[in-house]
Amino acid sequence: MYQYDQYDQAMVDARVAEFRDQVERRLAGDITEDQFKPLRLKNGLYLQLHAYMLRVAIPYGTLSSRQMRMLGDIADKYDRGYGHFTTRQNIQYNWIKLQDAPDILADLASVEMHAIQTSGNCIRNTTSDQFAGAAADELVDPRPYAELLRQWSTFHPEFDYLPRKFKIAIIGSETDRAAMKLHDIGIQLVKNDAGEIGCRFYVGGGMGRTPMIAPVIGDFISPLQMVSYAEACLRVYNRYGRRDNKYKARIKILVHEIGADEYRRQVEEEFAHILTLGLEPPAAELERIKGFFEQPGFDSAASDDLDLSDPDFALWVDQNVHAHKQPGYAIATIALKPVGGIPGDASADQIRLMADLARDYSFDELRVTHAQNIVLPHVRKVDLYTVWQKLDEAGLANANLDLISDIIACPGLDYCSLANARSIPVAQKISERFADLGRQKELGELKLKISGCINACGHHHAGHIGILGVDRKGVENYQLLLGGSEGADTSLGTITGPGFNEDGIVDAIEKATDVYLAQRSEGERFLDTYRRIGMAPFKEAIYAKEPANG
Amino acid sequence: MVEQNLRYRTDEPVGDPAVTVDAFADQSNATAVRIEPGDDARALLPHLDRIALVEVNFPAYTDGRGYSAARILREHGYAGELRAVGDVLLDQLSHMRRCGFDSFAPNQPISAEAAEKAFATWPEVYQKTVDGRPAIWARRHG
Repeated sequence: MYQYDQYDQAMVDARVAEFRDQVERRLAGDITEDQFKPLRLKNGLYLQLHAYMLRVAIPYGTLSSRQMRMLGDIADKYDRGYGHFTTRQNIQYNWIKLQDAPDILADLASVEMHAIQTSGNCIRNTTSDQFAGAAADELVDPRPYAELLRQWSTFHPEFDYLPRKFKIAIIGSETDRAAMKLHDIGIQLVKNDAGEIGCRFYVGGGMGRTPMIAPVIGDFISPLQMVSYAEACLRVYNRYGRRDNKYKARIKILVHEIGADEYRRQVEEEFAHILTLGLEPPAAELERIKGFFEQPGFDSAASDDLDLSDPDFALWVDQNVHAHKQPGYAIATIALKPVGGIPGDASADQIRLMADLARDYSFDELRVTHAQNIVLPHVRKVDLYTVWQKLDEAGLANANLDLISDIIACPGLDYCSLANARSIPVAQKISERFADLGRQKELGELKLKISGCINACGHHHAGHIGILGVDRKGVENYQLLLGGSEGADTSLGTITGPGFNEDGIVDAIEKATDVYLAQRSEGERFLDTYRRIGMAPFKEAIYAKEPANG
Repeated sequence: MVEQNLRYRTDEPVGDPAVTVDAFADQSNATAVRIEPGDDARALLPHLDRIALVEVNFPAYTDGRGYSAARILREHGYAGELRAVGDVLLDQLSHMRRCGFDSFAPNQPISAEAAEKAFATWPEVYQKTVDGRPAIWARRHG
């Protein structure tokens, strides 16, 4: 894992001091709430419906056990004993007092963490593949590049007041586990025929009210020019992105309106200029960072055998464990999706337990996934059963990864001041309706995502089944979408028709899964069947008997 | 002329009023020009040798186009005064300085002491820009 040197530490310490001063000026009335708002947002502090919410950055979703333990301690000390892992691989605390915020940032800084740029119209925390450095299908480890981007984007003086927020994701596998093409910039590390590494820049993707899949803008940019190319992409956006309407201010609208070719032309012109300025960190810096991401000291004699005689353990392994690049090791995902629970929530005790497991069984490392789960990236297969038993005792052995109850949901109207409808109760009802694991496994991979408003924080456009909560004349109403996907085959979901109330949407989903079970061909997932047979049979079943109550 | 609030140059301030970018192109004797957020700073590049003052207007601090305008001018060798005017707040000063501004005329006055403190916010910087400060990567690799 990356470790701070004195420079990195000085930067987060300076941020804590700066924010402490800003909070003092606000509490003293020296600055107005309007003036304070962008300052607190750049420190991840939102004013929500009931309290302040603090969003802590987890750069590219990677944590040490010491950092994870601190997240648990903060939940106990400053919040109500739990935290909420987010689709941006971050963690949020929902019950924060303004006057505590500087102390929380100081606690975070003591373990090389921060809340820098987790909000505001700036470059947000860079996300990545949660299996980076471990996945069997990995071409290039994206973490060193993500760290380079983290440093470049931190307190970037030119891009702190962009038209709108800006999200970057970077991956190094053919399998896209980071929804890369749905980001403002998605970078895929690829290799050419000569074996050289290049950065493929996808620019202008996003969800929100106008979802778009990013086109390729830079096909093969040298990793030693990656920062300069990103700088060029951002400068064109900062100068020409729309500022007249916040709903048209994301870069996807700029790229869409002027076209990918014209945007590319402008970026290339700017890129050529920027290359003359020597802004790129030298190769030695990338090498220095790579040194922190050497593979851990794997036991080359570790057995590749796995005793699956305990049937419950076998179910968990089948669903939650992925192939590791190192024989004898596995990647274990802890699904934070218990039946009837809140997706992504973990108690302080659970957070500390996961920290202990990482320390004892995963080379001190954890990852947060954009699907709001936690990963132990490097577990010896012989330790998996012990790990599973400890998870089971803590209520963390949910064997439902990528099944219908592994739901992504935004905080919704229970917390969020932007929401139109609640997301959490819908997620809870769906997971209760499909509580039987055998039934879930029969349905197979089924990614269900819920957003409580059109801002799409719950990624509903990219769900095989997506749910969008809206407000209809003061009543919560839920629209159903089918056919979205976020992987290499990224697609956007289509609305089935009129919306439903809270119980109606659960019924509609059940009917959709019935259509799938009746119509699927051998080996087809829900998404595959939908793509083959189209919307009509689903629509017919969903709206068949009683009229839509929306 | 504008009452100077904060200026970090040793040369004499320009007395001429700043003209708009449009008007500037037709006035071969103008030495001061004012950039609005929608203006293209690159339109001034052919004339940099006769410009002594560029004012960059920030009608609202949330509109960050002026940061790019400032950097573009400096990156192309502009050495005259670069003044941020308008909704320029204490917490934006350090970033503005890093983008090449060397004078500030905020709507709301800022004291010189507060400004000095703001400029000292960051002990180090991660990026090379136009202010001459070495990036952290340069310090690491000397």
